[in-house]
Amino acid sequence: MRGRPQLYTSYAADQALLNTGTKRLSFALFGVVLLCLPLGFIPGFRWAADADWMLVLAEVAILFIAALGLNLLTGLAGQVSLGHAFFMGVGAYVAAILGSPEGPLWGLGLPIWVWLPAAGLVAAAIGVLIAPTSFRVRGLYLAIVTLGLVFIGEHLFRNLDFITGGSQSGRTFPPLEFKFWKEETPFIDFATDGDWFGVELTGQAKTYYLMLGLALIAGLVAKNIQRTRAGRAFQSIRDRDIAAEITGVDEFRYKTIAFALSSFFAGVAGALFASFVGRTIPEAFGLPLSVEVIAIVLIGGAGVVSGMGMGAAFVIVMPLIVRTITEWLTQVAKTGEGVFQKIADVLVSTGTFDPGLVSASAGSGPGLNVFQLNQVLYGLLIVGFIIFEPLGLYGIWLRVRNYWKGWPFTY
Amino acid sequence: MTDTLILAQATVGGIEQFWQMVVGGLALGTIYALLAMGFVIIFKATQVVNFAHGALVAVGAFLVALTAVEIDVPGRWIPSAPTWVTWALAAVLGVALGGAAGMVLERLFIRPMVGEPLFQIAILTVGLDIVLRTIVDDFAGLDGRPLADPWGTATATIGPVTVPHTQLVQLGVTVVAVVAVALFFRSRTGVAMRATAFDQEAARAQGITVGRIFGLSWLLGAVLAGVAGIFASIFPRAAGVSSATAFVAFGAFPAIILGGLDSIVGAIVGGIVIGLAESAASVYLTGFSNVLGSGFSAIIGYVIMLLVLLIRPYGLFGTEEVRRV
Repeated sequence: MRGRPQLYTSYAADQALLNTGTKRLSFALFGVVLLCLPLGFIPGFRWAADADWMLVLAEVAILFIAALGLNLLTGLAGQVSLGHAFFMGVGAYVAAILGSPEGPLWGLGLPIWVWLPAAGLVAAAIGVLIAPTSFRVRGLYLAIVTLGLVFIGEHLFRNLDFITGGSQSGRTFPPLEFKFWKEETPFIDFATDGDWFGVELTGQAKTYYLMLGLALIAGLVAKNIQRTRAGRAFQSIRDRDIAAEITGVDEFRYKTIAFALSSFFAGVAGALFASFVGRTIPEAFGLPLSVEVIAIVLIGGAGVVSGMGMGAAFVIVMPLIVRTITEWLTQVAKTGEGVFQKIADVLVSTGTFDPGLVSASAGSGPGLNVFQLNQVLYGLLIVGFIIFEPLGLYGIWLRVRNYWKGWPFTY
Repeated sequence: MTDTLILAQATVGGIEQFWQMVVGGLALGTIYALLAMGFVIIFKATQVVNFAHGALVAVGAFLVALTAVEIDVPGRWIPSAPTWVTWALAAVLGVALGGAAGMVLERLFIRPMVGEPLFQIAILTVGLDIVLRTIVDDFAGLDGRPLADPWGTATATIGPVTVPHTQLVQLGVTVVAVVAVALFFRSRTGVAMRATAFDQEAARAQGITVGRIFGLSWLLGAVLAGVAGIFASIFPRAAGVSSATAFVAFGAFPAIILGGLDSIVGAIVGGIVIGLAESAASVYLTGFSNVLGSGFSAIIGYVIMLLVLLIRPYGLFGTEEVRRV
């Protein structure tokens, strides 16, 4: 049906993931760009092939997976959870027990194809144990219960120091590498440079490809869950739980499933995150991580899979941009001339007694330091998105898309 | 918490230790009660679960540090007055400014969200919390800012227990605050607030300016948080306002839930219970740290909260939600 993208002649076409030609084209283009990024020949995106950017994008992919999990629970099933970091922590430490080499801390040295699914499954099992609370305790009470979960979890992680290494030193996590079993040399590793199919790649680029692949799988799974019976049951519970029960949705069962699926994603993301970072302390899986994932869900657009990608990219990349701008402004304030120097000097505090909004040095001089500025902006973004664009980045995208849909015949 | 631990170790075991623990627990519990009361007032009047309550604590305490120490208002105008008078005036001024800040926050960020899903407003307050706490952290710096209260580290001995003067003042102030809140809810404005909490539309129909009531509830909440903030950042709890001040609110959340989100009596009872439990855990459960882990007293509130919620999902005094079809 060329030229009539809204006309569907079969259910399959109507239900397709990419149900218009434009979606298919843009998705393919996007995929090609993502695949070619590390090769560094796309004009305008050459900088992204840089090793640091590869790691940033890999982190975006990991948090995308984590956000997909919370999105299932909060965006689809409408159960508010501040406890996502706890499940990520469970995943991370299950991965550590199974995958880390034997040493002073627990570790069995098993390969990734054991510890990655196991991290998800154990987290899901704990999610199933937690789920009945959501049946008993509703709405905002649940938010505070899951807040308690994070604190209790952090306490456990801190004190189980034979697994977690305690808050002083933390522990190392299994490296990202593919092995058949416990042999010495992995057949694919992501730490060293090497060539894949004749293309020379850095270790960071390989990590990026791995995370990209996993994120794609996770995204497909999440998208398909939305379209199944369970996904529709989640949405009906979110919209009106009593109406859902009356129409035959077993609330207890589907809340349990939602918790289990959400925790599975969280566990996998937690394991990947820990393995990606390499070494971390138990406090890394505290409330700030939960808030970060919630921010991704809200900024991206609750309930929308593609929104999670936008949200994750936004939340991870924004601090880097802010840092770059601050450094640039400091440079201008110190060495620039003319009116720009004046403006930059007002904004940036360069010395101990120089007033300004931001200070580039990390000390406690006048003005916020870069980290604090990022925190403030991060908080303001959460507030701003909720007030002005509850659908998040996806909502903005929707409006842009709808504008161009009818262009030039817009109202 | 640590202070009760230290004081408890000063007296050796037995009944003295018990009473010392009770006093320490009450001191902590009254802070929680003040916080929980403000939280419940905000929740009842506006249906907002305010995760920024910790930030209000920090802002209030910080403003007192500003008025009492940094700017020294009104002390700089009346140098002849005794210190405790000027300090008390400065504290009142600081707390009042904190209340005004709460009102401004409500007007700017919460009012536009009236009618939106409650979950979104709750997360919005998480964002506010991050912003406010970061700004206070920046002002407080790495060393924190002392409040220079007139009581200092003086202690009194009452029977078997040693009590810092600050905690005696704190108990008195809490009683005054509870009575004041109780009286407020009998006043004309207080009745209007109760009407608003009961049914916003009906309240509007009676000529109550619901928006003003919203602002007022945030003012009350922020004032109570500021008072709690003062006592959370002086001897024996801390040396001044710092990045840790706001975290006292995380101890108060279990108190709120324990008593029931919408019960002011529950907030007071819950606060005292959680305070006593933390104090008791830090005294009697330290010997079990090989099983419970170190620092268990910090999370015992959450453990109690979970247990209570599984039996009574709406807390001890909360009203059960009627689910209508």
